[in-house]
Amino acid sequence: MDLTQLTLLEARALLRAREISAVELTDAYLARIAALEPRLRAFVTVTADLARLQARAADVRLAAGEEAPLLGLPLALKDILCTAGVRTTCSSRILENFVPPYDAAVVERLRAAGAVVLGKTNLDEFAMGSSTENSAFFPTRNPWDLARVPGGSSGGSAAAVAAGEAPAALGTDTGGSIRQPAALCGIVGLKPTYGRVSRYGLVAFASSLDQIGPMARTAADCALLLGVIAGHDPRDATALPDPVPDYLAELEGDLRGLRVGVPREYFAAGLEPGVEAAVRAAIAQLAALGASVDEVSLPHTEYGVAAYYLIAPAEASANLARYDGVKYGYSVAAPTLLDSYFRTRAEGFGPEVKRRIMLGTYALSAGYYDAYYLKAQKVRTLIKSDFDRAFERFDVLATPTSPTVAFRLGERVADPLAMYLSDVCTIPVNLAGLPGVSVPCGFVDGLPVGLQLIGPPLSEGRLLRVAHCYQQATDWHRRTPPLDEGG
Amino acid sequence: MAITREDVDHIAFLARLGLTEAERERLRTELGQILAYMQVLQRLDTSAIPPTAQVIPLQNVMRPDEVCPSLSVAEVLANAPAREEAYFRVAPVLE
Repeated sequence: MDLTQLTLLEARALLRAREISAVELTDAYLARIAALEPRLRAFVTVTADLARLQARAADVRLAAGEEAPLLGLPLALKDILCTAGVRTTCSSRILENFVPPYDAAVVERLRAAGAVVLGKTNLDEFAMGSSTENSAFFPTRNPWDLARVPGGSSGGSAAAVAAGEAPAALGTDTGGSIRQPAALCGIVGLKPTYGRVSRYGLVAFASSLDQIGPMARTAADCALLLGVIAGHDPRDATALPDPVPDYLAELEGDLRGLRVGVPREYFAAGLEPGVEAAVRAAIAQLAALGASVDEVSLPHTEYGVAAYYLIAPAEASANLARYDGVKYGYSVAAPTLLDSYFRTRAEGFGPEVKRRIMLGTYALSAGYYDAYYLKAQKVRTLIKSDFDRAFERFDVLATPTSPTVAFRLGERVADPLAMYLSDVCTIPVNLAGLPGVSVPCGFVDGLPVGLQLIGPPLSEGRLLRVAHCYQQATDWHRRTPPLDEGG
Repeated sequence: MAITREDVDHIAFLARLGLTEAERERLRTELGQILAYMQVLQRLDTSAIPPTAQVIPLQNVMRPDEVCPSLSVAEVLANAPAREEAYFRVAPVLE
């Protein structure tokens, strides 16, 4: 049995039945990581020793009959989530040697649930990007074609799961950074409702948009993980107090009576024909499973990218002001404090982070605030209203996750605007604070395509049920990338 | 949307961001192109639309003002580039 092909739920059943041990499971993943990393580069840090220690502890608890929800299950974490005693870099020079003194809330919850941490995955620096090429360290490759990007910014997490280096991972999503790489790597990725998961210990990018979510091969595994990481946290004032449902129980049921809306603006110019065909076939499959399908209009969709790339950089420019070379992180000593700031930030930040700090500072500066930042916030209201109206008639909306399949490394690096437009289908969901999930729905020339399902606030259970029903009826998620052929 | 070198230098100063000569020129061009794209927003009449700063229904989340355990001085200073006794050390600000 190849242990690295198991889903979390399958592995959990085998662990509980004592047919495999947590150490065996962890060692299988560490061996796969060692074999693939020279080509894939999904991890910034592999925590092999820590993982074996945690796996041994899990085996002791399993032997005592304990049933913590993730006991003995290995996971990977995007390297923007603080891990006590384990370097947390945000794939940035400025945090290259930063060792957090505390765990993020989600990491605390995973540890309490018995999870084993395999390592920290690569990302676009500070989660700013759509290809993981903005990592200050190295780009991650797409397991389906090593000449292509895995998407981003959670590209390391997506590539690791798709390649079988981890059964599941956490990512973060500010404008599509869980869903787009999930689509481009052929796995499931869920961005929860804004506030569903505590952001305490998540290094901030754009605070009104950031959310942490699960990435795995199946919707059922995402349900298992979401149930562990979701919930109120007094340390994050935006964490919602609503009770956390049993997401695994919510997978039960069928799609009869489900009302699916198909927003016509998401099938516009720029959508690759192969992607459109796969997504339309997936929607037809939902109908075949009992859903009713109708077209809907979200008329302000085309303004999403412009509004987002004002709001997110504005928030980022404020959040990244903390990197001053004084308290932690990279620091350049200079005769004056002001010089030290300039030089620390000049050398510590990469090109995309500088671009967004500049853009955000400009949008917030005297004389431009009303024309750019305030205008973008008003357009955000219009985009949210579009969704509110659509959800009066529909239970979920179905769209492509990305207008294209994975692109080649380097293809969009020279054109920031082309890179920003990679997120056209996912950005409006963040602006409206809604949950969204990407589920594998086909291939174009051997490259995965993702179906995005969007729901009203706190409808994660419903989205996961729809994705689960779709996965029960299809086998896209069972296909594995051709990594083992030809060494 | 024309962005001048002066604009770039002013914004970089506000952001405390050192830039090389090549970066200044590249950012001038790129910011101009990106901001030109943002002009699409001006097509919308938003005079009667309120802004959305955040999307959740929570407001004024309060907690009791109680003393709780926090990180030790040693933990807080562990990542400091320069320190002296229990303080972060920085270059002089005043002559």
